[in-house]
Amino acid sequence: MENIDFVAALSRWFHFMAGVMWIGLLYYFNFIQVAALKNAAADGTAGGITKHVAPRALLFFRWAAVLTWITGAALLGPLFVDAFLLRNGMGPIGIGAWLGTIMLFNVWVLIWPNQKKILGMVQASDEEKNTARRVAFLASRTNTMLSIPLLFFMAGGMSHRALFGL
Amino acid sequence: MKNPLDSLWGTVIAGVVLTVVLYVFSKNFLG
Repeated sequence: MENIDFVAALSRWFHFMAGVMWIGLLYYFNFIQVAALKNAAADGTAGGITKHVAPRALLFFRWAAVLTWITGAALLGPLFVDAFLLRNGMGPIGIGAWLGTIMLFNVWVLIWPNQKKILGMVQASDEEKNTARRVAFLASRTNTMLSIPLLFFMAGGMSHRALFGL
Repeated sequence: MKNPLDSLWGTVIAGVVLTVVLYVFSKNFLG
């Protein structure tokens, strides 16, 4: 029993740290970098961001997403299936888990492969780069939108469960 | 119609609306 508690405590700690890094970088991309790149492109200074900042931010972003999901799954432990099937009182946290899983999918399937084209890490024509830019942008914005209910169901809605009647 | 995700405010408002929808669903339909 003590070992299970220890794993859960460590999982929660790492889940929070990785989650802060993941969502923090997601907000950096959406609230700061998109607008900054637009201005930087206008005065010819975008290279500094696309060459030195974006690849590093994306590295920590995508692996923090993986670590957040794994530690979240560990934290659910034997209640993992109940959460994803939204049953036995695990519905609210299960909604959070589903949102996080969709967001992880968006990071690895829609954002990262398209960012590699945009940043020139893989070969792509100008037309492919334009499509990649739009897909990556919308996936990133979708994740920003999903982070709002995710944080409600993961954090506020759970700690104040009685208040919200959940 | 413009995609709300093209603007930051549209994204935040869509997120809040989705939160309310999921909250109502959770409160009324989940055990």
